[in-house]
Amino acid sequence: MKVKAPEAPKSPAALGLMAFALFWIALIIVLPLINVLFEAFRTGVAPYLSAILEPDAVSAIKLTLLVAAIAVPLNAIFGIAAAWCITRFEFKGKGLLLSILDLPFTLSPVISGLVWILLFGAHGWFGSWLDANNIRIVFALPGLVIATVLVTLPFVARELIPLMLDQGTDEEIAAVTLGARGWDVFFRITLPNIKWALTYGVLLCTARAMGEFGAVSIVSGHIRGLTNTLPLHIEVLYNEYNTVAAFATASILAGLAVVTLILKTLLEWRFADELSAHRRH
Amino acid sequence: MTTDTNLSAGDARLETNGRSPHQIKPEGFKPPKATHRTQHVLPGFHASLGITLTYLSLIVLLPLVALVLRPWEAGLDGFIRTVTDVRVVKALQLSFTTAFWAAAVNLIAGLVVAWVLTRYEFPGKKIIDAIVDLPFALPTAVAGVSLSSLYAPNGWVGSLFDPFGIKIAYTPIGIFIALVFIGLPFVVRSVQPVLAEFDAEVEEAALTLGATPMQTAIKVILPSLAPALITGFSLAFARAVGEYGSVIFIAGNMPYISEISPLLIVIKLEEFDYAGAASVAIAMLALSFTILLVTNFVQVLLSRRGRA
Repeated sequence: MKVKAPEAPKSPAALGLMAFALFWIALIIVLPLINVLFEAFRTGVAPYLSAILEPDAVSAIKLTLLVAAIAVPLNAIFGIAAAWCITRFEFKGKGLLLSILDLPFTLSPVISGLVWILLFGAHGWFGSWLDANNIRIVFALPGLVIATVLVTLPFVARELIPLMLDQGTDEEIAAVTLGARGWDVFFRITLPNIKWALTYGVLLCTARAMGEFGAVSIVSGHIRGLTNTLPLHIEVLYNEYNTVAAFATASILAGLAVVTLILKTLLEWRFADELSAHRRH
Repeated sequence: MTTDTNLSAGDARLETNGRSPHQIKPEGFKPPKATHRTQHVLPGFHASLGITLTYLSLIVLLPLVALVLRPWEAGLDGFIRTVTDVRVVKALQLSFTTAFWAAAVNLIAGLVVAWVLTRYEFPGKKIIDAIVDLPFALPTAVAGVSLSSLYAPNGWVGSLFDPFGIKIAYTPIGIFIALVFIGLPFVVRSVQPVLAEFDAEVEEAALTLGATPMQTAIKVILPSLAPALITGFSLAFARAVGEYGSVIFIAGNMPYISEISPLLIVIKLEEFDYAGAASVAIAMLALSFTILLVTNFVQVLLSRRGRA
């Protein structure tokens, strides 16, 4: 099959389409990003710095990193385990398992937060028991972590599964036949084969974990300096009409998004063959 | 693929064995299944399956069971009373209609962007291609505050419309704008690979047979893109219905007017009305799944027609 090679636009129609596409991307995507920086530095560098170095902002940064540092490894380990059993073995109910794995992507973030309140909130299933034993889950770190875990659950698994299906099991079976043991097979054969796809999945998972708003806002309780992650801190500041500080905080997350995008694009360019099939541009 | 479908595909499709080009792609490729033997050869089946099932049960299934069981506290009546309450009905209507229109606009804009990115060569193309994913990467709260300040009456874009009495931020139009922002990459990324792999010979055949470029685009290329377009549309729509962070800042959140359904869940939770919050959630999920089933059905119909 022959695929049409891209060429420079010549006809008026082609130029028109291109002008529209560029205008649309500029208006819908680029303008909001530039606006974040503009608003953040509107009153100069000093207010910007004082906004992001203020104690509540610093504690929000720390909390955001802490939540991601717990949630992402959990989902990475789960993703590897899920991809291993799904791509290396045949068993009944695999289709159902894959559908359940994808569910978090179809849930509204608000629902992904709500479910934890229904379980662990004051009037939740385990609410009174937790209260009696003085264990705090919602409105505390564990709640933030589990809500983030639920929202970002599919990212790593979704990158690994198509790739590992593509790669097949020949190398691993050969290693086992030659006497390699379980973890040797994984660390010497599987992991080197999937390392870039794993990195890609972890990257997307981390970006989402740090930026998650809806689910986390429901389980956080918005306790300033204690359970406010960066996105929630933005909301608090914005609702207090502290626009500069809100946008200064937003600019940290926007910077993070841009870095994520750059790393993701570099991975796609450099390691296209080692990412899953649908990432090959 | 039966022989008669091949015969009836007397036109350009014969080139691809009667299958429309979108079907010839890695997703359609099923690798050889692991044989029963590999189950014994490769280690870690029980451990990995055990971890997977435990994790999914605790993180996904148990919470969903809690959600599904909650609305019935006050019986079926309680559920019905909640979801037929005017404020809830208005919120559901608003969420689903704005999500629909945003996905529809993204369908067209996304198709044009995907077309330009695959068909034309121009400086900076790779960077623009990468930028399309920004709505995936940018935290929703950041998008929310930024869009809200841009489209406010004194913002860069809002001030262009304000003299004409058009308010964008703090109205349903603002919600629509936020949903257009978050939905665009879904359509572009669904259509792009199909467009990139479209068989150039099919297109050339149409042109050689006297079709104008416009006719070729509409009658030859567009039909094979239809399934990918529908996928992109339903992904953008599903995401938009549940979207919260980018919307609440720009919505204005006026009950009955610009209050989206996810916000209603939040409000009910703040009133400790767990059953009410769960009822709204269940109503949203039921509506979403129904709509996704319908689009799936349309997709199957379309791809059948594409093959025949």
